Amino acid sequence: MNKAFTGDARAALSRRGFLKASGALVVGFSIFDGVEVAQAQFPGPVALSPSLAQLDSWIAIAADGSITAYSGKEELGQGISTAQMQLVAEELSVPFSKVNLIYCDTAYTPDQAYTSGSQSHPANFNKSNLGQAAATAREALFRMASEKLGAPVTALDAADGVIAVRADRSKRVTYGELVGGRKFQLALDPKAKRKDPGEWKILGTPVKRPDLPDIMTGRFEFVHNVRVPEMLHGRVVRPPAVGARVLSVDEASVRDLPGNVKVVVKKDFVGVVAAKPWQAVQAAAKLKVEWSAGTGLPKQAGFAEQLRQQPVRDQFLLDSGDVDQQLKSAASVMKATYFHPYQMHGSVGSSCAVADVRSDGATLWCSTQAVWYQKTTCAMVLGMKPENVRVIFRRGSGCYGLNGADTVTYDAAVLSQAVGKPVRVQLSRKDEMAWENYGNAYLMDERVALDAGGNIVAWDHEVWTPNLGNRPGTGTPGNVITGKLLGFSPDAFTPRSPAPPPGNFNNNSNGMPSYVAGRIGGVNRNTGTVASERVLVHTVASPLWTGPLRSPARLQNTFAHESFLDEIAAKLKADPVEYRLRHLSNPRLRDMVQEAAKAAKWDARPSPNPKRKPTGVASGRGMACVAYERDNGYAAMVLEVEVTQDTGKIAVRRIVVSNDCGPISNPDGLRNQLEGGALQGISRALGEEVTWDDQKVTSVDWRTYHSLPVGIEVPTIECVLVNRPEEEATGAGETSVTIAAAALGNAIFDATGARLRQIPFTPERIKAALATRA
Amino acid sequence: MSTIHLKVNGESHTLDLDPATPLLYALSDDLALRGPKFGCGLGQCGACTVIVKGQAIRSCITPVSTVQNTEITTLEGIGTPERPHPIQQAFIDEGAAQCGFCMSGVMLTAKALVDKVPHPSEQLIEQSLAGVLCRCFTHARMMAAIRRYAAGVAK
Repeated sequence: MNKAFTGDARAALSRRGFLKASGALVVGFSIFDGVEVAQAQFPGPVALSPSLAQLDSWIAIAADGSITAYSGKEELGQGISTAQMQLVAEELSVPFSKVNLIYCDTAYTPDQAYTSGSQSHPANFNKSNLGQAAATAREALFRMASEKLGAPVTALDAADGVIAVRADRSKRVTYGELVGGRKFQLALDPKAKRKDPGEWKILGTPVKRPDLPDIMTGRFEFVHNVRVPEMLHGRVVRPPAVGARVLSVDEASVRDLPGNVKVVVKKDFVGVVAAKPWQAVQAAAKLKVEWSAGTGLPKQAGFAEQLRQQPVRDQFLLDSGDVDQQLKSAASVMKATYFHPYQMHGSVGSSCAVADVRSDGATLWCSTQAVWYQKTTCAMVLGMKPENVRVIFRRGSGCYGLNGADTVTYDAAVLSQAVGKPVRVQLSRKDEMAWENYGNAYLMDERVALDAGGNIVAWDHEVWTPNLGNRPGTGTPGNVITGKLLGFSPDAFTPRSPAPPPGNFNNNSNGMPSYVAGRIGGVNRNTGTVASERVLVHTVASPLWTGPLRSPARLQNTFAHESFLDEIAAKLKADPVEYRLRHLSNPRLRDMVQEAAKAAKWDARPSPNPKRKPTGVASGRGMACVAYERDNGYAAMVLEVEVTQDTGKIAVRRIVVSNDCGPISNPDGLRNQLEGGALQGISRALGEEVTWDDQKVTSVDWRTYHSLPVGIEVPTIECVLVNRPEEEATGAGETSVTIAAAALGNAIFDATGARLRQIPFTPERIKAALATRA
Repeated sequence: MSTIHLKVNGESHTLDLDPATPLLYALSDDLALRGPKFGCGLGQCGACTVIVKGQAIRSCITPVSTVQNTEITTLEGIGTPERPHPIQQAFIDEGAAQCGFCMSGVMLTAKALVDKVPHPSEQLIEQSLAGVLCRCFTHARMMAAIRRYAAGVAK
């Protein structure tokens, strides 16, 4: 059975000795969770990533023919490890079960930066990186076989790890015989031919995730389950208020507690270490720390509008220069303002890491989305050389972006360094929720100019978004709370206004609505037809930490664009699907809108529903669509809702989502992403909002931060998967989540005539909108 | 510290623990079990769920002293990858997970329900899972897996 993890922690420890002993081997073997796998040799510890340009960085073949692939794209629970194994099995014509995958361990795997932003599918399934490595390996194997068998490459074919002469199958050679135990010593060949999707037997099929049996039976090793010899347990003590600093720590306050408690204080970082986790929890609770007053937080009531009053750093994504003129001369102008709050990643498991920091080197087991960046930034935190830090990814609870995984790794590392033993830290629920890098709040003004025929002739989008911190990247540990407490600074906020003219076309934020042309350098690069266009982003300083949360900026902007498009169509009494298509030029996005509408049996008519009733339960349908990052996935959603008008209760009944991610690598994995994304989007739209008082965040558990539980009336979710083997692979993990809020808001409007412009759509807000509807 | 006797997945253990220690810590640390997980420590998410006397309980808020000499069943106690329990098989068949961190809460809560009520209504299933979170929102597949399991039990 194939394995897709970086091995058992205990094995990893023993591998240190193995590496020293076997540095001269070309390909070694190692035990990963009881399975022997081929292992390309990178004598660790290493300072630099294996070269992405070298085949041996990606693929190793053992003498028994088993194949090990190395990837810098990790499994976050979305199924991409299964798809990567399918990819390698397909290109090398071996059964799926013959492929092992090792990902994100700085001792072995290539640096592919982050696993984030719907980038794993495009990065590894197109003509570069892992996919191209597998194709290069196949061609190399065919060349070797040709020489060995004395037959031209064109006379050979491969199956099950054996290359044979087609006309005489007794002439055959196995991969193991050709290269087993040796390096390829070849560069990735950009001309190596990837298999035609028409020939696929493994890729493109719904291969079941091989990790599920272990996960379902409690055998799977999450980072939370990593246990190493002599391991102690740490707990951090975070400030009671934002900006509070350590004045004094009374170590005597925990001296008599069990567990040989050690107190660790470094600047404003405070933590304890004890023999057992419950002892550490109690010690952290009892430790007397005197803190300075906090720096205070702005009032949450009115926070959105206050964003307009702050110093700004301005950026134009687009400015055709004629928007003000068009707005002046238009037949009519429409405008609306939308607000999206700060939201949390809110992982079900609070973040956890294990660190073993010794004077000569450190090993970190963690769920960072970038092992190579964690290596360099944790080295800064520890005052060590990066080459002496090894970072091993272990799966955590689903992260959906920058949850506490990086910060807790620093916590564990600092505590381990202080006590000279391995230390495991798992954050408390409150420490996770009160200090994570929240998805950014967005205040968004939308404005369009309409001609006499009701067509959009100009689109003006202006946003204010607060920002503090981010991913630590290659050198900014202060971008997350632990780094800041240790004295590192976050990225500086530098006001700048007015904005310089727009640079190169970049719609990664989906700041540009799908309906604008995106004309830069004389070329229309976006997906729509509206030629007069302006997108201006005002970044302001945030009182709370911020960072990427699934579909960062893209989701917030799309909520505004797709809600506003619906408002315009309603004002003009146009069908929302027809009105979208009228302003979309991109055929793939147009197809998604039409596919979703067709599958949902869209009732073509203007919104709101003319048959709606002012009381009781009202039903409606809404549509939204997105070209994710302009060219990294296309999707549309039709959502059907029931609104109980006297209570403001929302019940989503049916979701139809169409999706185009180029060639589909695993249709079941894709469906899982679309289904989960849709419901996550509904949860974020209905209940999720970070709250705070004048000193601190107050949404610190599941009573105060409102996630939809599993026990809801789950809507029917239908996925329309459009396979485009001729196109490049795109992302698919963030399309449906991006459009759910707008589809829901538009459906509520269709049902009731009430427009919701602020997330979350709480019953109170719904009742208020119902009371003031036209 | 005091001597604590636990019966977990059919095996007896004697541990030296503060009697106030939440059961979860004994299971995941002292006994190195991977099924029950720390999610919130507040009994709000379900990740730490185990079955005691037929009830799905939250081990993160259950003092270890209160469940001595009572059979405690964790996710690994009902099946193995080689021989999964029918509810685990149903979840595998439906592909009903993304990250999978929440599985103890979802599966053991549903199992305890179906053990008690072999033909649970949709509403009853929903009610039983009203305090269980899956932040990947694999809800649709989870409900399908529970229905599949319940249908198998009813046969």
